[in-house]
Amino acid sequence: MTDIAEPLGRAAISLGQWGDLSVRLRRGAEYIAIPLLALAITGVLFSIFLLALGKSPIEFFQLVDRGGFGTAFSVQNTLQRSSPLILTALAVALPARIGLIIIGGEGALVVGGFAAAVVAIPLVTGNVPPLLTLCVMAAAGMLVGAVWIGIVGYLRYARGVNETIASLLMTYIGIAFMNFFVEGSLRDLTNPNKPSTMPIGDAYMVGKIPGTDVHWGLIAGIVLAILLSILLSRTTFGFAVRVAGGNPRAALAQGLPVGKLIVICCAIAGACAGLAGFFEVAAIQGRANASLVAGYGFTGILVSFLARHNPLAIIPVAILFGGIVASGGLIERRMGLPDATVLVLQGLTFVVLLMSETLYGRFKIFQVRGATERT
Amino acid sequence: MNNSALFIVTVALVGGALRVSTPFMFVALGECLTEKSGRVNLGLEGTLVLGAMAGYAISYRSGSPWLGVLGAGCAGSVLGAMHGYICKLPRVNDIAVGIAMMLFGTGVAFFFGKPYIQPSAPRLDSFSLGAWTGNQEIATALQINPLLIVGIVVGLLMAWAFANTRWGLIVRMTGDSAASARAMGVSVDLVRFLCTTAGGFLAGVGGAFLSLYYPGSWNQGLSSGQGLMAVALVIFARWNPIRCVIAALLFGAAGAIGPALQSIGITQGYYFFNAAPYILTLLIMIASAGSKRAARDVPGELSITK
Repeated sequence: MTDIAEPLGRAAISLGQWGDLSVRLRRGAEYIAIPLLALAITGVLFSIFLLALGKSPIEFFQLVDRGGFGTAFSVQNTLQRSSPLILTALAVALPARIGLIIIGGEGALVVGGFAAAVVAIPLVTGNVPPLLTLCVMAAAGMLVGAVWIGIVGYLRYARGVNETIASLLMTYIGIAFMNFFVEGSLRDLTNPNKPSTMPIGDAYMVGKIPGTDVHWGLIAGIVLAILLSILLSRTTFGFAVRVAGGNPRAALAQGLPVGKLIVICCAIAGACAGLAGFFEVAAIQGRANASLVAGYGFTGILVSFLARHNPLAIIPVAILFGGIVASGGLIERRMGLPDATVLVLQGLTFVVLLMSETLYGRFKIFQVRGATERT
Repeated sequence: MNNSALFIVTVALVGGALRVSTPFMFVALGECLTEKSGRVNLGLEGTLVLGAMAGYAISYRSGSPWLGVLGAGCAGSVLGAMHGYICKLPRVNDIAVGIAMMLFGTGVAFFFGKPYIQPSAPRLDSFSLGAWTGNQEIATALQINPLLIVGIVVGLLMAWAFANTRWGLIVRMTGDSAASARAMGVSVDLVRFLCTTAGGFLAGVGGAFLSLYYPGSWNQGLSSGQGLMAVALVIFARWNPIRCVIAALLFGAAGAIGPALQSIGITQGYYFFNAAPYILTLLIMIASAGSKRAARDVPGELSITK
């Protein structure tokens, strides 16, 4: 990245105003307060929705609390589900920083998980040591995921293809692609119930974090979130990404390789989602099948937007939504609500959250006199 | 492939175009109207699903499928109006709102649609274009639904209105330059709000076709990306309603390739043909996004191609 360091020095001068700590603190408070307000408004609206249906909102939130966070078991269940959410949210956040709205995390998760399950087949039958096998599987999942979303980034830069539509189309293609193999040439014929690939076997599964029932995917997700946060905020690469995201034409004028940056961001994003797919296969399912299409990729979009595409903020938000997803079954049984209740809540949260975007800069308390207006 | 097999495939493709294309047509026309006014509604996939559910539920409750179609349109216009209202707030990104509306619409449809998965609602009637041939196979394959005719008429009307009416001019002006629309005393937000609402209505009607005619039942896997593909088709059709209709027909025929080949005994790669419409859409996007003609015809205010 030394070739881009020199123009960056010049670009940095114009951004000097951001150095003021008190401005940054006040602005930071705004980024936390407004999403929290959006969550609160969603809670009120959703309560009205439940009341209109004759259900008790208090019971609903109590059940979310119990099913998601109340007991040691439910906390572990929540954390288990947060791990793919962190990874798929990272798959949205990184492209978002360079100005692309990529919603194909679900597809990258599916093809990544599928690739991991497929490379495992010869390794397992060949009795390759489990640790090596898992590394190869993880690498395969990340590589395929990276290519999957990388293609979208390339098409965006080279041909101007809308990345949002393209990435969602790639999701449908990925699911059809997996079904094609899982129900065809790679189907495990000893399992008549559900079309799947060959199981990787218990000896080859990813273990649990000692003392818990949560698999290592959670640690991987948290570590990756921290690493990507450092990458974005503390490196020349991250700076270049932020400049290109803020104003692509200015970045091009400064000589930044915008196309390369876009493809790299998309590839990292796809690798994150592919890794989520690897963990779903190697820690939960044990094989690739239609259960990989569980909606984590779509919830991840919401998580990333709520975290304002900040990798560190993604961790707590993912845990919150992991809890909501985990309590879905309990809510369905106890309150007689359909399983789509969680989908309605997520959709509503997303809509209210985007409406709250309009509030930035409206509250005097977050404004510092003399600071330039946020654009 | 001998002659009779070729004949069967051709009939199946034409029949497929007539049968499958209607939802694409309605969604594409709705999106075309919205985009002409300078706004993108990516949420039409959710609108399509909600329309399908509402149409089926209302048809089941009232016994009248046409009431279902109307109800589906109204449900769609509610989602469209939400999108239109939210996007007029400053600093709100219409593409992101579209994604949110897609998730919201699908969630609401699944939530309220659960009791309607089992029961059987009255369907829309159809008539056959091929009855005069006296050939039973052709007559069955060329069954068409009145909604297809409605869709074609709406497309022609829209094209005429864009070119010849004051309202059409206002919509086009708002889409090409918000500043000049304001200078002419037109409320940009109101025009876009109305266009998004009307676009939502059309997409909702397209959804009713899915649940009330073909495939003709309501379930959670009913629409898998048709709404999204239709949005992509609008770029291919270069924001022209008549080209939207033609693109939808072509797309319907392409979607029928898999079942058509199956009907003559080629069953290899069934799942590949499931993926074919998505791959085709992606290829169409790649081909049309960078083209000079698309760049010429795009409404100036649109954020989808920037």
